[in-house]
Amino acid sequence: MKQSISFKLNHELVSVNVNGEESLLTVIRTYLDKTGTKYGCGLGDCGACTILIDNKPQRSCMILVEDVAGKEILTIEGLSSNGSLHPIQKSFIAHDALQCGFCTPGMIMNAYGLLIGDPNPTREKIISGMEENLCRCGSYNRIVDAIQTAAKEMNKKIKL
Amino acid sequence: MKPDKITELHFDHVDKPISSDRRNFLKKLGGGIIVVFSIGELSLLKSWGQNTSEDLLNFNAYLRVKEDGRVDCYTGKIEMGQGVTTSLAQVLAEELEVSVYSIDMIMGDTELCPYDAGTWGSLTTRFTDPVLRAAAAEAREILIDLAAEHFGVSDEMLDVINGTVFVKNDPSKNITYAALTKGKKIVQTLTKKPELKKPKDFKIIGKPVISLDAEAKVTGTAKYSGDIKLPGMVYATVVRPKVFGSKKLQVDSSKLSEFEGVELVEDGNLVAVVHQDPEIANKAANKVKITWEEPVAKADNETIFQFLDKNIKENKVFEEEGNLKAGRDVSETLIEANYFDGYKAHASIETHSATCYFQDDKLTMWASSQTPFGTREQLAKTFDMPLEKVHLKQIFIGGGFGGKIYNQQAIEAAKIAKFSSKPVQLVWSRREEFMYDRFRTAALIKTVSGVDSNGKLKLWEFDIYCAGTRGTKLFYGIPNNRTRIFNDDNVHPFGTGAWRAPGNNSTTFARESHIETTAFATGIDALEFRLDNLKNENMSATLKLAAETFGWERKKQEGHGYGIALGEDAGTTVAIIAEVHVDRTTGKVQPIRVVCAQDMGQLVNPHGAKLQTEGGITMGLGYALYEDIAFNGGRMESRNFKNYEIARFSNTPKIECVFIDNMDSKPQGGGEPAIICVGGAIANAVFDACGARVNRMPVTPQRILEALRHG
Ligand code: FES
Ligand code: FES
Repeated sequence: MKQSISFKLNHELVSVNVNGEESLLTVIRTYLDKTGTKYGCGLGDCGACTILIDNKPQRSCMILVEDVAGKEILTIEGLSSNGSLHPIQKSFIAHDALQCGFCTPGMIMNAYGLLIGDPNPTREKIISGMEENLCRCGSYNRIVDAIQTAAKEMNKKIKL
Repeated sequence: MKPDKITELHFDHVDKPISSDRRNFLKKLGGGIIVVFSIGELSLLKSWGQNTSEDLLNFNAYLRVKEDGRVDCYTGKIEMGQGVTTSLAQVLAEELEVSVYSIDMIMGDTELCPYDAGTWGSLTTRFTDPVLRAAAAEAREILIDLAAEHFGVSDEMLDVINGTVFVKNDPSKNITYAALTKGKKIVQTLTKKPELKKPKDFKIIGKPVISLDAEAKVTGTAKYSGDIKLPGMVYATVVRPKVFGSKKLQVDSSKLSEFEGVELVEDGNLVAVVHQDPEIANKAANKVKITWEEPVAKADNETIFQFLDKNIKENKVFEEEGNLKAGRDVSETLIEANYFDGYKAHASIETHSATCYFQDDKLTMWASSQTPFGTREQLAKTFDMPLEKVHLKQIFIGGGFGGKIYNQQAIEAAKIAKFSSKPVQLVWSRREEFMYDRFRTAALIKTVSGVDSNGKLKLWEFDIYCAGTRGTKLFYGIPNNRTRIFNDDNVHPFGTGAWRAPGNNSTTFARESHIETTAFATGIDALEFRLDNLKNENMSATLKLAAETFGWERKKQEGHGYGIALGEDAGTTVAIIAEVHVDRTTGKVQPIRVVCAQDMGQLVNPHGAKLQTEGGITMGLGYALYEDIAFNGGRMESRNFKNYEIARFSNTPKIECVFIDNMDSKPQGGGEPAIICVGGAIANAVFDACGARVNRMPVTPQRILEALRHG
């Protein structure tokens, strides 16, 4: 049954008229044309589809769109502001923490969620917080380095 | 792999004519300086994989210095994460004397780019670099000629810095490439060997450059073939059997009436459902009942090795020297062992996908393909269309590793688009990926070694089942040796194909495990034993560099072990030393540290080479420790990342990459080589840590515990 569902996507209110049982991933990619969020497995195993819902990292392939009505969703497209990249994005570039780039949006969103929950994580915490995100190109070590650098940058900003 | 036959090809074939259709095409291009370059012989390559294309080669690379001063570089190669977008831009910028950031890479578009047989085999740097450098050097010469005319001076009086030509003794007289190019259109074919820069004059080659496409990838703007959306496009789901190789007998699509707006596509064995909403297409496809005739299972992941042994009789000698019997006679110790390696998936995070449409009689497609030109040819053949009527467009690829040389999804998408007369997107599910991937083949390697009382290898017998001979040319000096290959591509229960450094992972694991076992039997240290028996100096130097960097003599912590493996791939020599910790009660292996030394020849982008090496090692940990396709005949038991484990954050060790300084030589392959040594180094480190010799990959806790029990 189609229904109208509204939520905030990247700081803007959107409404879609879809079957409430569609996955959030499908709705974001197909109906809202935000293709930065990727499909890697559709089973919650890889993390390529990770987005933030009310500041928590979630697997959008495992979320029904009807469950996000009224919530705030952030995808990779909503991360930079006023044309300038987010510190995590900058730091992924500086560390070249990517190769094919297919896992990258999910990695960055998961990292952002992690840093919102814990602005100063140890290396071990980063590893355990990122553990369920897969990168076949093998960028793991660089991603951890990038997250550490980004954390430092973000904390600087907060202190100012 | 066959392309290795052309390792000697450098600048010999520069005079092949440009055929007329390309000439027409060049007419259509806008203004600027266009340099085309052909190396005819490349087209004669019998390509590996399914491209049997003898496409009339016209030219292999070209570039265009545009009127705004930016440079377009056209190449048939694709970017799948291996970083050639960056390294090719570097070589071009070097010879042309422009900034690397002023280059736009146009890749893998079959209408814009010169023919290319495919991106695989770590060939891009080795064979595209010289071509691009030559074309860029030629363009620079033309621009200097134009400037000389402009200022009324001779060429020798001029110098170029960053896209601006100066009069040497009067730098106030200068003109940019953009200004020189304005209003002109010069098409130049290369007919002579151009003057290339000497390595000592390099400003950009050999310097680390961060991936030029990184920003597009961290912002989500990089487009992959499943990200294309076309007006009126439908999403397709193919109805699949449970068992690979099943034949369709009967289709019952009566339940489709429950869904509004779905359409059934039936074309031979291909049955699919399309809808504007991918999830509805999916659900509806689940309701289509097909009766399949399933092939009988002949082997599973446990019995496969016996099966291969029994069913492959034909063999060919790959290398042979001396006399095996004499080798046995002079050996004091003979060691015999068999090594096993299961099937592996490519498991790119992007599944195979394609988006396409027919307009009039022309097909346009974006596909996750390592072989856009091969795909074009397959499509043209499928629909009996001329090649020009199929257009593959440039697109990013979310990992390939050899798995995207094959393009079943492209054919399926196009058939569905044709049948439904709509633009179509087909993105394989992870489960489809785990069935229609062309898996790395299982392999069995029977090995015998003999060593005399001085610790010198005297005998080597190496019988390879299915893994091929890539990288198996002996670099140990063993007077009596024979390497044979036993192969039959049709013996496997599902599709198999090239997987990052094909076969070389399995054979290197076998050789290096066996060398270590032999060293152990003689009581000689594994490093010393290798250095004593190596005949290849490059390899010795590479091993020494690895050992120094690693600190081979360092005292080991309790439960830790060190392991060495050496290998050769795509012209690059590799030495890896791994440190692991093994928990003797659970058999769990924790990789601690990996040092990788390589002689890769000239390093175009040392930073990129490092990325590729780290990536290869990390991916390699998967095949060494976790990955194994479980199956029973064509029924796949491994269907997703829950039951097919790949390397993760927590099992990635500290990785250090060191390179032999070799800037004066030719560049060699970089995307594949490092991965080949991971299995052997890990298995040897596990043995060193706990005494468990596991001859079968992956080296799982269960196999370690079993080896410990049986001593
Ligand atoms: S696509 Fe959602 S976890 Fe893999
Ligand atoms: S960069 Fe390719 S999967 Fe992570």
